[in-house]
Amino acid sequence: MNDDLDDLKAMMATPKPDAQRRAADLALAQKNFENLQGSTDQPRPTPVTGLNGLWTGVTTMLSTFTSKGGLTATTALVACGFLFLTPTGQDMWQSDGSRVTGNEHLIDPIPESDAIPAETTAAVDKALAEAPANFTTPAPVEAEDFDDSALTRPAEARGRVIEVPPAMEMADVQNMGDVAAPTVAPAPAPNARRLNTQGAPEFNGVMPSMVDMAPPPLDTNTERFANADSNPLKVTAEEPVSTFSIDVDTASYSIVRNSIMRGQLPPAEAVRVEEMINYFPYDYAAPEAGGDPFQPTVSVIPTPWNADTQLVHIALQGELPIVDERPALNLVFLIDTSGSMSDASKLPLLKQSFLLMLDQLRPEDEVAIVEYAGSAGQVLAPTPASERTKIRNALNGLGAGGGTNGQGGLEQAYSIAESMSSDGEVSRVLLATDGDFNVGLSDPSGLENFIADKRDTGTFLSVLGFGRGNLNDQTMQTLAQNGNGTAAYIDTLSEAQKVLVDQLTGALFPIASDVKVQVEFDPTQIAEYRLIGYETRALNREDFNNDAVDAGDLGAGHTVTALYEVTPVGSPARMTDPLRYGAAQAAEESDELGFLKLRYKEPGADVSQLIETPILRNSTASTEAQFAASIAGFGQILRGDSNLGSWSMGDAIALATENKGADSFGYRAEAIQLMRLAESLGRN
Amino acid sequence: MTTSDEDLAYAAANGDGQAFASLLDRHYDRLFAYCFRMTGQRSEAEDLTQDICAALPAKLASYQRRAKVTTWLYRVAMNAAHDRRRKQATYAKASDGWGDWEQARTAVNHEAADQIDWLTQAMAQLAPDLRDTLALVLDDMTHAAAAEVMGVSEGTISWRISEAKKALKAIKEKEDAQ
Repeated sequence: MNDDLDDLKAMMATPKPDAQRRAADLALAQKNFENLQGSTDQPRPTPVTGLNGLWTGVTTMLSTFTSKGGLTATTALVACGFLFLTPTGQDMWQSDGSRVTGNEHLIDPIPESDAIPAETTAAVDKALAEAPANFTTPAPVEAEDFDDSALTRPAEARGRVIEVPPAMEMADVQNMGDVAAPTVAPAPAPNARRLNTQGAPEFNGVMPSMVDMAPPPLDTNTERFANADSNPLKVTAEEPVSTFSIDVDTASYSIVRNSIMRGQLPPAEAVRVEEMINYFPYDYAAPEAGGDPFQPTVSVIPTPWNADTQLVHIALQGELPIVDERPALNLVFLIDTSGSMSDASKLPLLKQSFLLMLDQLRPEDEVAIVEYAGSAGQVLAPTPASERTKIRNALNGLGAGGGTNGQGGLEQAYSIAESMSSDGEVSRVLLATDGDFNVGLSDPSGLENFIADKRDTGTFLSVLGFGRGNLNDQTMQTLAQNGNGTAAYIDTLSEAQKVLVDQLTGALFPIASDVKVQVEFDPTQIAEYRLIGYETRALNREDFNNDAVDAGDLGAGHTVTALYEVTPVGSPARMTDPLRYGAAQAAEESDELGFLKLRYKEPGADVSQLIETPILRNSTASTEAQFAASIAGFGQILRGDSNLGSWSMGDAIALATENKGADSFGYRAEAIQLMRLAESLGRN
Repeated sequence: MTTSDEDLAYAAANGDGQAFASLLDRHYDRLFAYCFRMTGQRSEAEDLTQDICAALPAKLASYQRRAKVTTWLYRVAMNAAHDRRRKQATYAKASDGWGDWEQARTAVNHEAADQIDWLTQAMAQLAPDLRDTLALVLDDMTHAAAAEVMGVSEGTISWRISEAKKALKAIKEKEDAQ
């Protein structure tokens, strides 16, 4: 049948493929093949939530349940019910207490699992651990009540130590309060520290009191946001002095905005209230020329969310040096070009942002570019800013690909910065990344030491974060705090405009280094106080006068705002009872509530200067202070803080709207918009 | 050449770049020849082959172990050719007129240089179905294999081949008559 086809075939002349085309096609196919391998996304996990998830779980459990296991478990349940729900059972169990508590758990109703007799089945173990919640119904006692009563107890009254098992929930703490409050005293600081897993580095060993008697944080090693639990209420009589370092970062606000704009409330640990407050420029009294580089303004205003407390509003306004006289600037852009940066919101936005900034530089400024991806490389040798085309081309030539070696890049950037710097010039490395330091030294403390060393040689570091999903906020924070720089998160071109154009001078030229704030409250006037935000910036009391301890820097024209919520003596809002045996002091009403001390160093100086001013009772609530308060409220609501009572997002919106002020850049209007969005999101 | 095509394709589908490279290297010439037969023009065949090469990595996912690699490859090529024809039809409709004429002119120049044989020219006049089928069978494929590639029954292939032969004969007679 194919005979005539063979004839046809004989007539056929098939040309040979062109060798070049052949090679090109093969190469193209190979390239596409590689691309395809690289970009394969992980399959998106199907979220199983709510009732469905529960039901799936239950059916899975039931279908895999063997009758033997079922019998063991139900028998164990009945046994536990007998043990805990009947008086006889409870007697048996309580008389057994000495055997159950291995350490000092005399009043701890939760036996540790290792103390349970070995023959008990795993099911009993589990039931035992859950049992206390069954047999003592949690009374509706305010958590603060317990905490504070424990806190106010003088040190001598402290009895045995309770070790709180890490898995213990707040409800259990409450139960403990009900059952054993008279003899319970809080764990001393070292134990409390054990629970504080995620504090910033300078927090280590600093926990002024038992911060974490409040719910012990989950193990947050997988979280990459730097934060700590909200500052606890302090009793002035016990701890009249509060010390912290200023924080001029704004990254947290941008992250919050980015989350809300994407239709999600931000994770609570991403919210740092002080960074949200300090995101906004405020119109505070400017320092006098020739005096200190910044001017503190202190006012006391009524707390928006609590009529019986007051807010102490501490504002620092940095001087704005004459811009024309600024020293020449050496900038090293250290740009992460790892594969993860290829997102439109990462490398492309970064390029645009830096191009915006380029127009702000002077001809005498110099720019160098280093990229890091797998291996670090210098893309642009130090080039005067006047050669704009050259810099622009170098920036545009960057492409994303490869792994990330943050430290290799840092080392190279610093060595270039050092080669560029001469007398009177300011050198700064601008690190732009999505937070990925996953090759090489990924341990924040190793990098941090390296940067701290370099800071002492006069090269500073600022960190710009880009993109979400990969953001390692904690590393960013640590690096910037140690590099005397700011950490900013850039999610839009207008944010780049704010950080790199409008506020460039402030971001790059420090006017005061190591600015520390110490407030001493008068216990006869103020019963309790609480610092809002600055959790990651707490300092030891003695660190204030120790010039070797690093703190935040204030840039030209920057404003810093700190808020304390204070409860006056005799206020009904007081959470703790006055001491019966404390030193009885005549509470005469005085105008001075406390005393504010500030320490700073002139840039480059080793010895600090001191500024002091009393905190006076006054009631002039400025627009600026009120707006700061509204943002503080917003931040605390996002953090899920319990101190605001019924004060809601709606109240925050009203307060912010009233105090919007001139708002020439529209930042405040944007914040109000965010609050409204967050309010709607919060309802879902 | 100890590894079978099927093993190579399987490895390639699982991300082995080396396997993919050697697989394509083995079959490139055959693929080009088939493309040429389907299009009847060298330039067209080159472009089509390039399209297929570019898309092949993504298509690997659709490769089933139980099919012969050649079968799978021919099917991919045939589909690509169909896509291309469809696009050209749209384009031709849009650029009716001078563009068409210019294209035809350059194509003719090209063909002349290539000294295209009679069969190829004649095949270009066949209906696309017949042409594709004939191209497969001329490539030493059995009717059964061709049926698998085209997703039709073996009988259909046989019928198409006989139709194609009839058509070719008619063309031949017409030319001889002139």
